[in-house]
Amino acid sequence: MKFFRSHVLVGINETSIMAGVQDFIKALRLELAKHNLQEEINILETGPLGFFGRGICLSVYPENINYQDVKLEDVPELVSEHFLKGRPLKRLMLDDGGKFSPKLNYSDRIVLRNSGIIDPENIDEYIGAGGYEAWEKALTRMQPADIVAEVKKSGLRGRGGAGFPAGVKWNFTAPIDAPQKYVVVNADEGEPGTFKDRLIMEGDPHQLLEGTMICARAVGATQAWIYIRGEYKLCIDRLQKAIDQCREYGILGKNIFGSGFDLDIFIKIGAGAYVCGEETALIESLEGNRGNPRWKPPFPGVEGLWKCPTVVNNVETLANVPFIIQKGADEFMKHGTPECTGTKVYTILGDVAHPGLCEVDMGTTLRTIINDYAGGMKKGFRFKAALVGGAAGVILPDKLLDVKMDFSSLNQYAAVLGSGAILVMNEHQSIVDILWSILRFFRHESCGKCAPCRNGTQQLYRLISKIKKGKGTMEDVDLMLTIAETMQQTSFCALGQSPIMGVRSAIENFKDEFIAITKSK
Amino acid sequence: MYQEICSKYAPDKDNLIYILHEIQNSHPQHYISEEAVQTVAEYLGVPANHIYGVLTFYTMYSTKPRGKNIIRLCESPPCYIKGSENILRKLKTLLDTEVGETTKDGCFTLELCACLGVCGNAPVMMINNDVYGDLTEEKVEEIIEKVRRG
Amino acid sequence: MAKTVNIWIDDKHLEVPDTMTIIEAADKHGIYIPRLCYHPDLPPTANCGVCVVELVGSPVPKRACCTPVAEGMKVVTNSKKLRTYRKTLVEMILSNHDVVCPTCAANNKCELQTLANNLGVDPESLPSILRKDPVDDSSLSIVRDVNKCIACGRCITVCNEVQTVYALTFADRGIDSHVDTAFSLGMANSPCVNCGQCTVYCPTGALRERSEIDAVWEAILDPEKHVIVQEAPSIRVSLGEEFGMPFGSVTPNKMYAALRKIGFDSVMDTNFTADLTIMEEGTECVAKLVAGEKRPLITSCSPGWVKFMETYYPDLADCVSTAKSPMSMFGTLSKTYYAKENNIDPAKIVSVAIMPCTAKKFEARRPELSDSGFQDTDYVLTTRELIRMIKEAGIDFANIPEEEPDEGMSFYTGAGTIFGATGGVMEAAIRSAYYLVTKTDLEDLEILAVRGLDGVKEATVNIPGFGDVHVAVAHGLSNARKVMDQVREGLATKGESPWHFIEIMACPGGCVGGGGQPYGNDIASRARRGQALYAEDRSLPVRLSHRNPEVLKVYERFLGEPNSKLALKLLHTHYFKRSVNTGQVTAEATHKH
Repeated sequence: MKFFRSHVLVGINETSIMAGVQDFIKALRLELAKHNLQEEINILETGPLGFFGRGICLSVYPENINYQDVKLEDVPELVSEHFLKGRPLKRLMLDDGGKFSPKLNYSDRIVLRNSGIIDPENIDEYIGAGGYEAWEKALTRMQPADIVAEVKKSGLRGRGGAGFPAGVKWNFTAPIDAPQKYVVVNADEGEPGTFKDRLIMEGDPHQLLEGTMICARAVGATQAWIYIRGEYKLCIDRLQKAIDQCREYGILGKNIFGSGFDLDIFIKIGAGAYVCGEETALIESLEGNRGNPRWKPPFPGVEGLWKCPTVVNNVETLANVPFIIQKGADEFMKHGTPECTGTKVYTILGDVAHPGLCEVDMGTTLRTIINDYAGGMKKGFRFKAALVGGAAGVILPDKLLDVKMDFSSLNQYAAVLGSGAILVMNEHQSIVDILWSILRFFRHESCGKCAPCRNGTQQLYRLISKIKKGKGTMEDVDLMLTIAETMQQTSFCALGQSPIMGVRSAIENFKDEFIAITKSK
Repeated sequence: MYQEICSKYAPDKDNLIYILHEIQNSHPQHYISEEAVQTVAEYLGVPANHIYGVLTFYTMYSTKPRGKNIIRLCESPPCYIKGSENILRKLKTLLDTEVGETTKDGCFTLELCACLGVCGNAPVMMINNDVYGDLTEEKVEEIIEKVRRG
Repeated sequence: MAKTVNIWIDDKHLEVPDTMTIIEAADKHGIYIPRLCYHPDLPPTANCGVCVVELVGSPVPKRACCTPVAEGMKVVTNSKKLRTYRKTLVEMILSNHDVVCPTCAANNKCELQTLANNLGVDPESLPSILRKDPVDDSSLSIVRDVNKCIACGRCITVCNEVQTVYALTFADRGIDSHVDTAFSLGMANSPCVNCGQCTVYCPTGALRERSEIDAVWEAILDPEKHVIVQEAPSIRVSLGEEFGMPFGSVTPNKMYAALRKIGFDSVMDTNFTADLTIMEEGTECVAKLVAGEKRPLITSCSPGWVKFMETYYPDLADCVSTAKSPMSMFGTLSKTYYAKENNIDPAKIVSVAIMPCTAKKFEARRPELSDSGFQDTDYVLTTRELIRMIKEAGIDFANIPEEEPDEGMSFYTGAGTIFGATGGVMEAAIRSAYYLVTKTDLEDLEILAVRGLDGVKEATVNIPGFGDVHVAVAHGLSNARKVMDQVREGLATKGESPWHFIEIMACPGGCVGGGGQPYGNDIASRARRGQALYAEDRSLPVRLSHRNPEVLKVYERFLGEPNSKLALKLLHTHYFKRSVNTGQVTAEATHKH
């Protein structure tokens, strides 16, 4: 192995591609070669870097310096200053002059353990990092029932929504004797503020594939479908490349590793509907229908895609599986709390110093996440609230900053954990405004199948608009609660059951704001 | 032309979403016409009313002719709190058009959309397949000018 | 095999098969759970949420319409919370509904109105979120008012699953989601066959027939016009329901009396031309049988079926009897034979038909049905419209003294009256075909194998001198599809159809379940109406079409004999090919005789 003095990680994502990252890398290589540094400085094209900067972003190790918005014309200066003279280029560093660098806890990571380190488009790098060991183990050294048992033991809970134990879900489907079963990967991430699945797929597509393969083996599925939103072009490209590589290496296909097990994975692209994140709506969409959810029971595990038993799992859930199989459930259970094992990936946005991506143990408090992984509040701003869980999430005030982020501690708010979106608001932002924006979103995304949600989302939007304009009353506020509660109790699927989260947490935690605005008329 | 696109796929209903995507992308006005639906209906053996139901359900499809470039501005909470409303106002003025409408020269159609999953760079918009993040009113003006010039 | 499970609904212990849903179990045991979108004939759309019940041990209420029962299940149908939810739900639905009850065609029959009233809902409690959209009145048969639609989806289920017509769909999403035809082109430009089953199942007045009441009153009240009326077989067994009489009351003579009271100049009966149809169609059938024809003969009375055939099976149009429907035969004769016999200028005759059917309105407007030199039938009223006219005229239908119809085109046999039930045309035809071949009458007139509500019924009848005749009867268009697909396949693979003679009715149950019949019309009520027709058949002095004296008279004095040149000109028609997308005529499928 070559020894390099420094590694330059270049984040390849939607934004950096738009900013011309490919030309940038070419120029950087040329410039380094001009100074004869090509053997000393290693350029790694990789996925998410753990922070969201503008334009092209770089992380340089071991110096641990983060640059953002680097332009083609900056290349000569960057090379001569940083790599020749060893003087980091202050003007391109992250906002606060590079004082803060996000905690990159690679040793504590599971899902993102390779993300930002390996080239996601190169299967050899994934294999070099221990990739597909778990798959080989699952296929040749474990029985399907052992895999289910191990995942069950690990306590892994679904990372898409309410946290249903993955092993239990698999166990519904595994024993069914059916000529065809399927695994469906729910990559239709649409919760506003949420894009952890995108980053997982961009940063390490093979890990998702490996998790999917193990799941398929465990439940006896010979086909898997990844349902991904059409907007995620880069993910789609990378996953397709990864699948092609696996087919080429015989990791997918017929009689894999001589085990007699056949499996193939296909990508299906969505067409723009938030509700398709609901597993039965997703199945409808896969079948070429309107994305209206189905009534459960029967559950998809028994009767899903094309009426066959189907396991539907979220991207993050499956991305945890290789670790569990490779290192064992016990190793996995060292992370998190006894009830909620493992880690959770969050995206932190809004008025924090360093919006970014992190993976922390279950049960970490919101305060720790914001302070340690996002550098606290942006300079000059005070914390007012955090919208946790996207539009279907809750608005938490500062007094709840020390709540542990796990399925059991969040209790009635547990459903919001899955999305992993944290949107931090400063003291100048209006809760009524943010609630208005949330309710507008639901009005737009309700599928319209069931009356409570169809009419309720519109009524809620009307009422909050009236309140926002200063024309509402406290009776309107109460009416919103009644409607949202009725929706929660009578809606067909999780979408209609969700607006209560935002409505109730906003009204309960920030009642004064509602009183003030309704009195202002 | 529609027939040609259809024949690339097996005549199974679950390919409907793909076929519609490709038909829309191949049309200079980015939409799916009655004629297209009838061709697909015949090819897949699926009734036209079903296809119409599907294509009006998903936001990425349009049943009306649109401009050369489709602008989709995210209006979800993370972009909203970062000022997407100002961006929208700017776009409306710049393009002299309303949401859901096409500019007189047929160059742009302005649409709103739900979260694009690029919230780290909010406010965000997509023009065709390209994402533009960290939008400011000035930046929007530049981008529109650039796209208009091609 | 279904297992029996123990459940408790409001502490009442029930033993029910595990294949049931909670609402089915409750209904079976007379426990009422409030509901709106649920209908016992249809798979649940699980849309409205009104039927939510609490299950002991479940954190959220469940919909009774689609939650299966399970051993030990404890159901609570009413609680403070459930009341609040149900009221809020109905308030929200009303806030998105055009509340114009007094003038609505569904007034007093509207399931939303009844539910709102029962729950004591305040219609003003929520601001209206209704987006006023134009009414789709493109169709000759059906008017669709999206503003009254609560998007329950029953019409879509009926249209796509029960009838497989594929005219209606949900379009758009969320608050904008609504029932529509493809590309909003309107019912007239869709594959809609006008069967009107959507109007029967619509819980509100969003789907209704295109009313011709005003036009009919205009004609009646115009002294220059001679207004002649005919009534389809099933009308006489449905009218009573609306006037407090038991389901299945047979009321032809009250019907005649009411029509005369309303002011029709001549009160005749479609049953007469039902018998005439048997003569024309039966003769056609026998000719085919004798000739050893491999292609089947299929009935043509049901206009929903005829348009369906033109849309989806035009390649088999030559198998469909060329005989006009009884209604259109009557229309033609009213302006030829009747005008001549009574010395009336046919230009002054207004021919009105009372039909259980919305598709008859479309049929009456078919340009080719004008062999009398005029449009054969001027106006078609559904049973529901006649009921409104009777009410408008202030007639106490249940107590009106019985009267006889006018003579000439009103005498009917038992064979004519059973046309109104599925299998009836087949039974009537077999009775007469047997005679036409053997010149003797069947000993047992009742052919039970073709009766009843099975979707597809088959029978084999031995006609001496010919041999076994295989027949099939289908009602409901999804069943028609099954039969037609087999015919198509049989002809393609073996060169022959599995059946010689096929009866197809568009509506489940036949005309008694027609799209123009009174609301609250489910499979059970259809069955009762059908049984009433069979009862009337048994009570009539003549039960064979070929023995109808007025029919024999029309041949003797006017037409000559069945399938004569004049009969073929006046009483037979031809068919078209239609686009599956727009329902529009694209070519001729068969030629006029």
